[in-house]
Amino acid sequence: MQGFFARVLLVLLALAGPVSAQDIVLGMSKNEIGITAFFNGSEILIFGALKHETAASSAGDLDVVVTIASPRYPVTVRRKDKRLGIWVNVEAFDVDLAPSFYAVATTGPFDRVVSEASDLWHQISVRQLIRAVTVPPSTNNKDQFTEALVRVREEQGLYQMLPGSVQLQEQTLFSTSVSLPSNLVEGAYSARIFLMRDGEVVSQYQTAIDVHKVGIERWLYNLAHERPVVYGLLSLAIAIFSGWAAAAAFRLLRG
Amino acid sequence: MYIYLPIAEVSVNAFVLLGLGGLVGILSGMFGVGGGFLMTPLLFFIGIPPAVAVATEANQIVASSFSGVLAHVKRKTVDFKMGGVLLIGGLVGAALGVVVFNYLKSLGQVDLLVKLCYVLFLGVVGSLMFAESLRAMSKSKQVAVVKPRKKRGLVHALPFKMRFRVSGLYISIIPPIVVGVVVGVLAAIMGVGGGFVMVPAMIYLLGMPTKVVVGTSLFQIIFVTAFTTMLHATTNYTVDMVLAVLLLIGGVIGAQFGTMIGAKLKAEQLRILLALMVLLVCAKLAFDLVVEPSELFSLGVAGGH
Repeated sequence: MQGFFARVLLVLLALAGPVSAQDIVLGMSKNEIGITAFFNGSEILIFGALKHETAASSAGDLDVVVTIASPRYPVTVRRKDKRLGIWVNVEAFDVDLAPSFYAVATTGPFDRVVSEASDLWHQISVRQLIRAVTVPPSTNNKDQFTEALVRVREEQGLYQMLPGSVQLQEQTLFSTSVSLPSNLVEGAYSARIFLMRDGEVVSQYQTAIDVHKVGIERWLYNLAHERPVVYGLLSLAIAIFSGWAAAAAFRLLRG
Repeated sequence: MYIYLPIAEVSVNAFVLLGLGGLVGILSGMFGVGGGFLMTPLLFFIGIPPAVAVATEANQIVASSFSGVLAHVKRKTVDFKMGGVLLIGGLVGAALGVVVFNYLKSLGQVDLLVKLCYVLFLGVVGSLMFAESLRAMSKSKQVAVVKPRKKRGLVHALPFKMRFRVSGLYISIIPPIVVGVVVGVLAAIMGVGGGFVMVPAMIYLLGMPTKVVVGTSLFQIIFVTAFTTMLHATTNYTVDMVLAVLLLIGGVIGAQFGTMIGAKLKAEQLRILLALMVLLVCAKLAFDLVVEPSELFSLGVAGGH
């Protein structure tokens, strides 16, 4: 409950704050990704310009941070340990919500571009994004579980830290590309662009990327969930038919 | 060529799946096992979510078993009556197995128990078959006499006797029903057809001739796995049709070759090969349980997605 209020407060502060979306003009190579039968990952190009007043005003170099996040789902992280000579799950920890995909692209090293305070405030790093919503105070060693979640998903290419991959020209034009893996989950992804100066957020912009199945993928997925009996029977019919067809074909071949 | 699987929500190489299907199909046709005990772990390995792998594998076994059984029907090596009796037990067992599975799932240790089940049953079945076939082979070399029938024990003292003409048996229907139930429970828990348990049970417990065992086992497996497929499709929505089609294209073709190879081998050779394969899978699974995994943490879906 406390966490909820804290988040509401954050949103209100963000709305009331001096930052405004007008400081960033954004373009994306696509704001929609269709998962077809031959989908094998996708690359998304994000580019834009910073309004001149913002860029020119006051001293200090500007930095840009681009994040792409999938919708968040609950995840259970389990830890194995040796019991009676075999490795078994001994401990489990439920992370309330974690994105299945998350990429952070920055103009420079993350720690230099984003101060700890603004990371905490805006939930920029994936660790903050996970931690922010997970606060059962009873678990004392929850850090090792959230760290493990990040580690496992980083190895699978689902969490990407991309320091230095945003190009910023003349303090006005920026561009970056993020490759989305093939094991993408459907949903409304969000792209956030933060304009940073000395580790603090000067301005931010958010937009959605719609990732959804199309064509036969869509049709099968809907059928499986909406008419499961029909889907099951269809699967069996295909299986029986293929079994018969192969047997018949071989009988012909052998004369 | 990569294909995106709509239910599994991953992209995989279509040729890898065709190859796996073909390999498992050959074994299926040769030994009368569905091949699920081999395929399910292989699917985990290439990154298919376990729930989808188990459910889809059931669907694929329907295809390869059907393909295999047609060849056996033609050779008249299917005991439909025995298959029917086993099936009654099998359906009851599968339903029971799903209940047990869901209970274990609520305890949070289902992975471990499934693996221990694999190690235990593969180990026991594999060693028994291996020892038996070695004995049978050495016997058939020394004296070229047909092995004498098993002793008439408890199995023959039970009531409700029935004549199984194709198997040449006159026994009570209780043992086959019990075998069916046990196999059904295992099938549902382990996500396999259960042929690797049923084939030896038919040979050693029921005393059926090896040539009939394979066809009859396939016949029974078709129905039990079809039932499991429907159960998974309607409750968990985890049957991936695209995955199933790719696996079964390879599978049905493989099964035909397997049946051809099986017909050329002697019963003892067939059994010793199956025993070796079962032991190999068992050893691999046991090894994975004992050796420290490189990543101690694993991720699971909490509360379903």
